[in-house]
Amino acid sequence: MSALEVRDLSKNFAVGGALLHRAHVHAVEDVSFSLRPGTITALVGESGSGKSTVARIIAKLYDPTSGSVVFDGGDIARVRNRRDVLRYRSQVQMIFQDPFGSLNPVKTVRHHIERPLRIHRIVPSSQIDDRVHELLRTVGLVPPEEVAAKYPHELSGGQRQRVAIARALAVEPKVVLADEPTSMLDVSIRIGILNLMLELKEQHEIAFLYVTHDLASARYLADDILVMYAGQIVERGPIERVLAEPLHPYTRLLLASVHGERIEERHGRSSAAVDPAEGCRFVTRCPIAVPVCRQVTPGLVEARPGQSARCHVTAPSAD
Amino acid sequence: MSAVATQSLLGVQSLAVEYGRVRAVDGVDLQIGAGEILGLAGESGCGKSTVANAIMQILRPPAHIVEGSITFQGEDLTHKSTEELRKFRWRNVSMVFQSAMNALNPVMRVGDQFVDMMQAHESIAKRRATVRAGELLELVGMDRRLVQAYPHELSGGMRQRVIIAMALALSPELVILDEPTTALDVVVQREILQEVEALKRDFGFAVLFITHDLSLLLEFADRIAIMYAGEIVETGPAEQLASTPLHPYTQGLIQSFPPLTGPRARLTGIEGSPPDLRDMPSGCRFHPRCPHCLPENAALYLRQTTERPRLREITPGHSVACHLVDA
Repeated sequence: MSALEVRDLSKNFAVGGALLHRAHVHAVEDVSFSLRPGTITALVGESGSGKSTVARIIAKLYDPTSGSVVFDGGDIARVRNRRDVLRYRSQVQMIFQDPFGSLNPVKTVRHHIERPLRIHRIVPSSQIDDRVHELLRTVGLVPPEEVAAKYPHELSGGQRQRVAIARALAVEPKVVLADEPTSMLDVSIRIGILNLMLELKEQHEIAFLYVTHDLASARYLADDILVMYAGQIVERGPIERVLAEPLHPYTRLLLASVHGERIEERHGRSSAAVDPAEGCRFVTRCPIAVPVCRQVTPGLVEARPGQSARCHVTAPSAD
Repeated sequence: MSAVATQSLLGVQSLAVEYGRVRAVDGVDLQIGAGEILGLAGESGCGKSTVANAIMQILRPPAHIVEGSITFQGEDLTHKSTEELRKFRWRNVSMVFQSAMNALNPVMRVGDQFVDMMQAHESIAKRRATVRAGELLELVGMDRRLVQAYPHELSGGMRQRVIIAMALALSPELVILDEPTTALDVVVQREILQEVEALKRDFGFAVLFITHDLSLLLEFADRIAIMYAGEIVETGPAEQLASTPLHPYTQGLIQSFPPLTGPRARLTGIEGSPPDLRDMPSGCRFHPRCPHCLPENAALYLRQTTERPRLREITPGHSVACHLVDA
C-alpha cells in the first residue's frame, strides 16, 4: 500500500540566451516511484540531478510537464481549486534545507506552529496552546512554554530546523518531503535531526522522502533508495542491497567517492540534460560503456529482485 | 615535536582575535612544516576561519589580533607594512575560500584574471602570463583553451579549480584552503582534493586545510587540529586522531558521521549546541555538552566547571586539553 505515487513524471525548463537558441532542460524525465507509510525513501543525486525538482513537484510548488502525482486516488498535479489544494497540503508537508530562511524573523515560534493548526482547523481554538506545546515536546524542544515564546534569532540552527519539523507535523501529514534538511546544520547536531526523523517515522507512520546528496546519511535513515542522474532515476531498490552491490556505474562512482577510493574516469561533468540526444545520459563518464549505450536510452530494468537500474551492461532488458 | 619546530614554515603562537569585545580565537598555537598538510576542523563559529584570516592578515575591523604572533619563515607577519603584506600574499601564502568560485570577475575572461594577478606581483608580458595560465589550468585538470572562457561558461567545480590554479600561480610555500569543496558535489570534491594532493607532492607546498568535515581530513591531512569555541582542544597525527581520539568532542565528531558499511547502529552525535561566544561557559568550554561531566563526580566536576584545561602532550605529537586525560 502506498501513501503517494509518482507516475512517469517529467519536467522541462526552457532555457535561452545569446549563445543558444531556445532549448529545454529535461530536469526530470520519466520518474516513477511510490512512498509507503512508515518508510523513508532516500532520493540521492548531485546538484542539478533533478532531485529537488521532484520534491517540489510533489509539494505542488511546480507543475509537471507530464506525468501524475497520485494521492488519495486523485491526480494532484491536475488539482486547481483552492480547497482541494489546501486539503492536499495538509497531508503532504515539506521541510526545507535552510532553517534560517524558512521561519519569519519577526514572529515567535508559537506563531509558526499555531498557524497551520488554525488554517487547517486541526484542533478547536481552546486546545491550540496544548497542541503547540505537545508538538514542541515531540521534536525535543523543551521546556515548550519557554521555546514557544522565542523568536527565530534566539534559536540555534538545529533548534530552528526542529521548529520547522514541528510546523510540518502540526497538520498530521501522511507524507513529509525533507529536502536536505541537515546540510546547513553543524556536524555535531545533524545526527539529532536524523534521529528525530527516524522516531517520527516509527511513531507516526509517516511516509518520508529524504532528498540528499549524502549517501552515508541516506543509509543511516532510509529503507529504500532512488539514485538520480541527469533527471532520470538510474537505480532503485532496498538501500542496503543497492549500496552493497550497486548495479549502475554512477552509483558505483558515488560510492567510490565517499569510500575514499581513487576516481579514475574523469572526463565530463554531470550534464544538465539540455535537449538530450537518444542514448544513456551517463555514457561520457562511464567506464563500462558499449556501443549501444550511445544509441539507445536504457530503461529501468529489474535485474535482481527489487533492485532496478538503467544500464545496458549491468541490467540488460530481456528482449 | 622539535623536528617539526626546526623546519616550521608557519608558526602561530598564543593567537587571540576579538571581534569588538567578543573573543573568537583564544590562545591558539599551530605549527605547519614545509610540505605538510595540516587539517583544522571545527563547527561554524569555532574560530577556524578567523585563524586563517589572521594568518593572511585580512581580518577586517572590528576583528583584530589582541595577543600572540604569527611567524612565517621566521618573520612576524603582524609587524609587516601593507605593501609588504601585499607582496607576501599570493607569492608566499595564497588562500582559497569556500565561495571563491564566485569571486571571479564575470565580465573578464579567465586567462585575463590570471594575467592581472601575475602582473600585480611581477613584471611579466601578457602573452607569457596567458601561456602560464593555460599551463596552470592543465595542472588542475582543465583544458588550457579555457583561458578564453568567461566564468559563467564553467561549472562550479571548474570555477573552483580555476581559483586553485590561481592560488598556485606564484608557487607559494603555503596554500590555505578554507572549506574549498564544501559547495561542490561529492564526486567533484574528491577529484579536486586528489588533484591538490598530487600537486602538493610535485611542488612541495604546505597546506592548511580548514573544514567542518572531519572524515575528509582523516583521509587527506598529515596532522589534524580540532577547534572548539575558539580553542584547539586536540591535535595529533591524522591516523592517531582517527584510531584513538582523546577529547570527548573529537570522539563525538567522529561519532557524528554515519558509516557506509558495517552494522547500521543508532548514533548519538553530541548533545546541545556550540556555546555563544559572548557567553562562554566557565572552566572547560565543552563541559555543558560533555558526557563525562557529572556532578556525582564532585572533585572532577569542580575542575571541569571552573578550571580551563591546557593542551598537554600525551604521546609524541598528540596533545589534548581535557581534565579527564589529566586525571
